Amino acid sequence: MEIKLILNGRPIVREAEPDTLLIDFVRAQGCLSVKRGCETSNCGLCTVMLDGKPVLSCGVLAARASGHRVDTLEGLQAEAEDFVAFIADQGAEQCGFCNPGFVMNTIALLRENPDPTDEEIKAFLVGNLCRCSGYEGQLRGIRAYLDAKKAREKEAQ
Amino acid sequence: MLKINQYVRAQSLDEAYALCQKKSSVVLGGMMWLKMEDRPVGTAIDLCDLGLDRIEEKEDGWHIGAMVTLRQLEQHPGLGTLTGGALAQAVGPIVGGQFRNLAPVGGSIWGRFGFSALLTVFLALGAEVVLHGAGRMPLETFAAQPYGRDILTEILLPKQPVKAACCSMRNTATDFPVLVAAAGIRDGQVRCAVGARPAKAALLTDEQGLLAGGVTPESAQAFADWAAEKLSFDSNIRGSADYRRTLCRVLVRRALLAAQGEEA
Ligand SMILES: Cc1cc2nc3c(=O)[nH]c(=O)nc-3n(C[C@H](O)[C@H](O)[C@H](O)COP(=O)(O)OP(=O)(O)OC[C@H]3O[C@@H](n4cnc5c(N)ncnc54)[C@H](O)[C@@H]3O)c2cc1C
Ligand code: FES
Ligand code: FES
Repeated sequence: MEIKLILNGRPIVREAEPDTLLIDFVRAQGCLSVKRGCETSNCGLCTVMLDGKPVLSCGVLAARASGHRVDTLEGLQAEAEDFVAFIADQGAEQCGFCNPGFVMNTIALLRENPDPTDEEIKAFLVGNLCRCSGYEGQLRGIRAYLDAKKAREKEAQ
Repeated sequence: MLKINQYVRAQSLDEAYALCQKKSSVVLGGMMWLKMEDRPVGTAIDLCDLGLDRIEEKEDGWHIGAMVTLRQLEQHPGLGTLTGGALAQAVGPIVGGQFRNLAPVGGSIWGRFGFSALLTVFLALGAEVVLHGAGRMPLETFAAQPYGRDILTEILLPKQPVKAACCSMRNTATDFPVLVAAAGIRDGQVRCAVGARPAKAALLTDEQGLLAGGVTPESAQAFADWAAEKLSFDSNIRGSADYRRTLCRVLVRRALLAAQGEEA
């Protein structure tokens, strides 16, 4: 069947099977940042934005996403750039497999809540599993980014 | 994975219902549960074009469309006020926001899963369901029915605010619950549901009059002890029957006191 959607700002029309999952569809379009880390909708590695909302791309049919707008990390590099260095500075990640999904959901968090508390960060990111770290480094990284942003804003005043 | 032969975005409920009468058809909710099944599907029926993704307050109560996502339920200010935050408490620990942005309430309620916090909380809230086919009925009636071929279109909540709360015990933050308890108090009438026993949520009312003098720490404990004796519990990978019975004494008390607005 024909799938028509806006992927990272570009309208595309492609053929796909009725049971093709969005994760496999976007990967076939070269969006290889989108990873599969489980078979049970549990890990968050496959997070993409569907009409601006973070969703598990392993849990949506490409057919349902047809007609909608899909963004992957490939299209959101500029927005991610701001904070990923802070996470890397904490040495938070080991294998890095969980990183794209984590970054996508952090973008969603900061869009919805630009100044979250630690509890709000944890509640928002709880569905992003990392099997190498204990999440502390990622939390410190986001905190450091938020603190640096505040310091910059203060300076600018 | 499901092997889907044909995908149809139904353009009317009648169309969805007609397609659904075939044994090989399946209605897609969020598909999070379905996709773990390994079977061929003739027609996958998508309800996403039918405007069932709305939460509306009408004359006869609150209408929650079957395609309203768990995240919408959690974030809706009107439902938050109506239920004292109980819906957000029930839904918040389910996997993560990306999951809850996809999973519609219809899939959870239609599934009538034993572990379902949604079924538990909606029973306590006194919800009704509307089925294209069988019509409107109390949720407890629907919960007891065998799986049919109707389409769940809406969940209804009474207009009158309810003091309510939902508590669960989980082995890790976002795992399936070991036990869920929810309480709703409207006009002094208490409805209490206990789910993940691990059987499907059971609804209790105060048939013994234990709460007739109001919900206090003592009466809530008496009710919770009675509930723990009255209900059946089983063992599974997440906990034993005895452990669940012990949890019931705690979580039912906490849910009642939290609903009443008392410190647990
Ligand atoms: C990893 C994981 C963890 C979970 N943890 C929890 C938890 O902690 N607590 C909890 O309460 N729940 C939990 N759930 C369950 C979840 O909240 C949903 O209830 C479940 O995924 C089913 O919803 P769905 O939208 O995915 O339904 P689907 O898989 O799409 O559908 C489920 C069934 O309902 C049918 N159906 C769907 N919508 C309709 C409709 N409108 N009319 C008629 N039939 C319909 C489908 O045909 C199917 O048979 C979890 C699920 C997963 C996968
Ligand atoms: S691949 Fe694990 S949640 Fe999608
Ligand atoms: S760094 Fe390896 S899974 Fe997160």
